[in-house]
Amino acid sequence: MSVNLTLLTVMGALYACGIYLILERSLTRVLLGLMLLANATNLLILATGGYAGMAPFFSKDTDPGAYNDPLPQALILTSIVISFAVTAFMLGIIYRTWVLARQDEIPDDVEDRRVAETPSFDAEDDAVIPVETSEFPLTMIGSDGSGVTDSPATVRAGGKTILAEDAALEEKPGSANVHPGPEGGVK
Amino acid sequence: MNIASLAPLAVVLPILGAALTFLLIRHSHAQRAVSIALLSLTLLLECWLLASVWGGGTEAVNIGGWLPPWGIVLVVDQFSSLMLVVSSAVSLAVLVYATGQGMADGDQDAPVSIFHPTYLILVAGVSNAFLSGDLFNLYVGFEILLTASYVLMTLGGTGPRIRAGVTYVVVSVVSSVLFLIAIAMIYGATGTINMADLAIKLAELDQGTKTLLHVMLLVAFGIKAAVFPLSFWLPDSYPTAPAPVTAVFAGLLTKVGVYAMVRTETLLFPGDSLNSPLMVAALLTMVVGILGALAQSDIKRLLSFTLVSHIGYMVFGLALSSVAGLGAAVFYVAHHITIQTSLFLVTGLIERRGGSSSVDRLAGLAKLSPLLGLLFFVPAMNLAGIPPFSGFLGKLGLMQAGIGLGTPLAYALVIGGAVTSLLTLLAVARVWNRAFWRKPEDAEHPDPVLLAEAKDSATGHRAGRTNVTLLPRTMVGSTLGLVVLGVALTVFAGPLFEVANQSAATMLDRSAYIESVLGENAPVPGLALGGGGK
Repeated sequence: MSVNLTLLTVMGALYACGIYLILERSLTRVLLGLMLLANATNLLILATGGYAGMAPFFSKDTDPGAYNDPLPQALILTSIVISFAVTAFMLGIIYRTWVLARQDEIPDDVEDRRVAETPSFDAEDDAVIPVETSEFPLTMIGSDGSGVTDSPATVRAGGKTILAEDAALEEKPGSANVHPGPEGGVK
Repeated sequence: MNIASLAPLAVVLPILGAALTFLLIRHSHAQRAVSIALLSLTLLLECWLLASVWGGGTEAVNIGGWLPPWGIVLVVDQFSSLMLVVSSAVSLAVLVYATGQGMADGDQDAPVSIFHPTYLILVAGVSNAFLSGDLFNLYVGFEILLTASYVLMTLGGTGPRIRAGVTYVVVSVVSSVLFLIAIAMIYGATGTINMADLAIKLAELDQGTKTLLHVMLLVAFGIKAAVFPLSFWLPDSYPTAPAPVTAVFAGLLTKVGVYAMVRTETLLFPGDSLNSPLMVAALLTMVVGILGALAQSDIKRLLSFTLVSHIGYMVFGLALSSVAGLGAAVFYVAHHITIQTSLFLVTGLIERRGGSSSVDRLAGLAKLSPLLGLLFFVPAMNLAGIPPFSGFLGKLGLMQAGIGLGTPLAYALVIGGAVTSLLTLLAVARVWNRAFWRKPEDAEHPDPVLLAEAKDSATGHRAGRTNVTLLPRTMVGSTLGLVVLGVALTVFAGPLFEVANQSAATMLDRSAYIESVLGENAPVPGLALGGGGK
């Protein structure tokens, strides 16, 4: 009467492989991982039933201390049925994924990526409402075409006047006028 | 004959209904009639059960005459019967809503006819989990409801639903495996899985083993209940399911996890040392959840995040492990099941009416359909905890209990709860401002019906069909019923709070539960030291 070391080692190996496999992105491997986890757990339940090598069933002549606990085996039976149903369902899902996308990988959540890339500035909620201080609001200028020049908009940058269009370009990476220093920033 | 001996019918009736509706799979009218009739019958039975234990008392039913601790036992007490009634009322409303949607869209197609049997099996699983007095039967209850929910989640098998379904199935299976491992270890350590028997035998274990078993159960239930570090699967998977399915999942499934946490915390591990980690988890669940909600523009996703956030309130009440805290948590669970489900149902209506569930595309609904505005406004304010409503009463109860405990962590939770409440208000007010109040012209890509005159927008183009009634009477009616139930929880908050507090006192005392299962002479262990009942 001793603990069955082989079963325990197998259980540990099944858990290790199962956990490794469910971390994969391929659905079939995830399914295999789940099956290994379920079977490892069944071995664990079996181990709680008592020492290996004892009689599994009850007869009136057997001493109560000399037969194995039958309840864990009933529990295993239930859990086998459940994992069977889940496996069948997962296979259905995998087939459906293959029909739909011709691939066996879990895609990213589109909405998640969209929310992650949304800037914190929301035009409707956060835009600064311009304060009108002038007696003649800006909207009045140019309403009849007067007061608006055709020359392009300019900004002051680094002591010289440059076109607003070029200034916007320089903000972007890869601009001809931006030379990143060895520690980031601009030389 | 004892009324409580009818308790197994709460599980058997829905399963019977599932079998019948499966036989009637080609006759959609008969299918609807059978499922609604059987669910109403179950609800009536559960109301009867609740009435029989309303004044207090715990009844145990031994299934098949097997005596505990060997046989399976179902336990009816105030908490479990209250949960049964609320969950069945909510499931019935959602079922009516779903049949209304089916009739309006005229779907005679094959995949949707599987909805009724699966839905009834889900209800049976939920009832089984609530009634179970046995850890393994609780596991089976979870598996019944999860397997049904896998099918409902991927109904129709479209790309996004399959993607969400995979996340959901894998996470749920992993949590179930963890739960099963915990059960195996508990059985190995004590030789029993009957909860009343465990309450006695776990006390004899040494502290290290007890803490290990406790943590394993908490992690398994924490995944199901979506408590903070284990909650990220929920907002990813819930919103893509059909509206009634999301509504019933949001209302019931996470609450079954919370229920299991409450049961095991109070019965198996009373006054244990894990209350402080639970409080931290509750605080993070509330705050992180609601911050996630603020970032969303899709109403369904936003509501999924508020769902995660408000689970934090229930864990908060549980972690206080005082009568006041636990009582408020019980009340909050009942309130939140109703409110969260009605909000998801209204979102389904908004999606039909406005053509989208994104607040960027919705506009002007308050003018187009004032009733829809009312249906959204009342539960939304209730969720945020605006004074007259039950959400406010539940949060107030929790905060009073937190201040009553008086530790720095409890004060942090009270402040966190208040902040979360205000941020929830901000989140739902944003939806209100955009979807209901602003002009349709201000929306980015409004649906054509939003811009149409009110009189020619009763029908529209939805799901590839033209001339679909946008707001069918059955859908609006069932949503209205649920909103009224939410308001009724406010009106009858007094007696309900009393029952909640009584059930909390009974749960923390444990003797009624153990004696009703194991007989009058069961050796009820004294409460362990620490933050036990007052």
